[in-house]
Amino acid sequence: MFFILITGLLLGGTYALIAMGLNLQYGVARIMNLANGEMLVAGGFAAFWVYTAGQVSPIAALLVVAPLAFVVNWLIYRVMLRPLVKRAKSRGALEVDSILATFGLSFALVGIMTWAFGGGYFNYSYLSGRVDIFSSSYGQNRVVAFSIASLIAAALWLWLSYTRAGLRMRAVAVNPDSARLVGIDVPAVSALAFGLGGAVTASGGALISMFFTLDASVGVMFTMKALIIVIMGGVGDIRGTIVAALILGIAETFVARVIDPGLTLAAAYVLFLGILLFRPQGLFGKKPT
Amino acid sequence: MSMRDIRNLFLAALALGLVALLPLYDTGYILSIATTMAMFTVLATSWALFSGPTHYISLATAAFFGLGTFVTGLGFQTLPMWLLPIIAAGLGAVLAALVGLVTLRLSGVYFVIFTLGLAELVRQVVTWVQNRTGQRGMYVLTTITERDIYWQLIGLAALVFLVGWLIARSRLGFALRIIGNDETVAKHSGIDTAAAKILLFMISGAVAAVVGAIVAPRYIYIEPSTAFAPILSFQVVIMALLGGTGRLWGPLAGVIPFTLLWEFISRNAPNQTLLLLGVAFLLIVYVLPGGFVGLYERLRHRFGSGGQ
Repeated sequence: MFFILITGLLLGGTYALIAMGLNLQYGVARIMNLANGEMLVAGGFAAFWVYTAGQVSPIAALLVVAPLAFVVNWLIYRVMLRPLVKRAKSRGALEVDSILATFGLSFALVGIMTWAFGGGYFNYSYLSGRVDIFSSSYGQNRVVAFSIASLIAAALWLWLSYTRAGLRMRAVAVNPDSARLVGIDVPAVSALAFGLGGAVTASGGALISMFFTLDASVGVMFTMKALIIVIMGGVGDIRGTIVAALILGIAETFVARVIDPGLTLAAAYVLFLGILLFRPQGLFGKKPT
Repeated sequence: MSMRDIRNLFLAALALGLVALLPLYDTGYILSIATTMAMFTVLATSWALFSGPTHYISLATAAFFGLGTFVTGLGFQTLPMWLLPIIAAGLGAVLAALVGLVTLRLSGVYFVIFTLGLAELVRQVVTWVQNRTGQRGMYVLTTITERDIYWQLIGLAALVFLVGWLIARSRLGFALRIIGNDETVAKHSGIDTAAAKILLFMISGAVAAVVGAIVAPRYIYIEPSTAFAPILSFQVVIMALLGGTGRLWGPLAGVIPFTLLWEFISRNAPNQTLLLLGVAFLLIVYVLPGGFVGLYERLRHRFGSGGQ
């Protein structure tokens, strides 16, 4: 039981990082990015490639993966998504457009990655030793991934809470129209948030590739889980995202160990159902007025 | 009914009659493609019945379709064949009602996310049940030929077009168009928005399940991973949007070119089908909003020939 709890927490920590990326993109830039999972896989691919080709540790690879993902996502927002924001007549129209556009992007990325790396699974062995916590042993790579994910999440949270740029971002998350009135450059902040979100997700991908077998088409599963986490925690709420991610990690580990490893998505759906039925605004979300 | 309606009805019946003659001409490759087209025509048209006016993107088609194939797979030896599509329709409607009750009271985003994973969820549960009962995939060996399937699908297509035409003229259709334009306005004018959306989603889900039940014998061997393949949902969305959901015939205009293109790509470069899907999505958003129907209407507007 205790073992499930810790394994679940370790998994949930990495989920939290991925979902935080999505939350920045959806909460601040208002783009429901369904290609988020592909960014994760791309981050994982990069870490894999750097490790197998140059024996560079995936953690050092983060220093390259994160800035690169930032630039790519920033460009995606400026070139692809900004025109959609401009032409949208309502929030609903933007949602439909951005869902379709990012689906397109997602499929195109899967197609390109399958073409570049093949359709097979890939994994590598890094820090495959064991760590003992409370007399049970856990994979060293999982513990390291969790620790780095926590570090990045904490840094992000501090940045959002205590800097001027972070404040601007939170203002746009609350209300883009009012943010404009107090002199915030909403398009620039949105692009920044989208790029940052992509960088965070890709870092999550590099971390998860240390202990998780990925393939080119697995991205949509992560998108799905990240979406459920973001909605469960409340859109635009970092604290909620972390709590929801840990809950999902534990629930999934529980179902995989006790019932059947093939039912992990079902576990996520049970949580999702509960939220939709009883608290659609999310655990920490405010009721719409 | 105006003269124009009667004329359109007559033309549609004529076209249907001609299409139904195809198996007399060819029972090989052409019929096989035509059957695929008929299948996607039914799926995309019924998808557009719900998603067209409301702008709610449903990705649940594969779940309903898979449900239908399983009804046939489990029941074809013990139950009469004519009963299977009816059971599938019932189950499809029930599943749609459940999904609708949970998500359609809320905003569209919840609906998209929920339906995105629905096929995978049902697949996981079915696989789990099969593992527990020690069952594997199943063989659907029947005397039904591709020709029978084709005719059944054409009949179903006729029914779907008729239902779509009736809905568009009914109070329900009117209510849905208002919901699509502005949901708040719809609520304030006394429309039970959730009930209207759920009802139409049930029709759409039931049709997709019937298609699955009809097409099942084509696959011969049915297992969860192929029956619930999520890609089907996306193909349906693409075809419907490529054609355009503004008109009843719109999805058909997307199904024909896309099926041919898909067939061509999957023969010559099977790994690039996903790239095709992605490019098609981007094309719809950036180049062809409103699909072929939208393009047709813009051209007609510009050259003023059909200005009413």
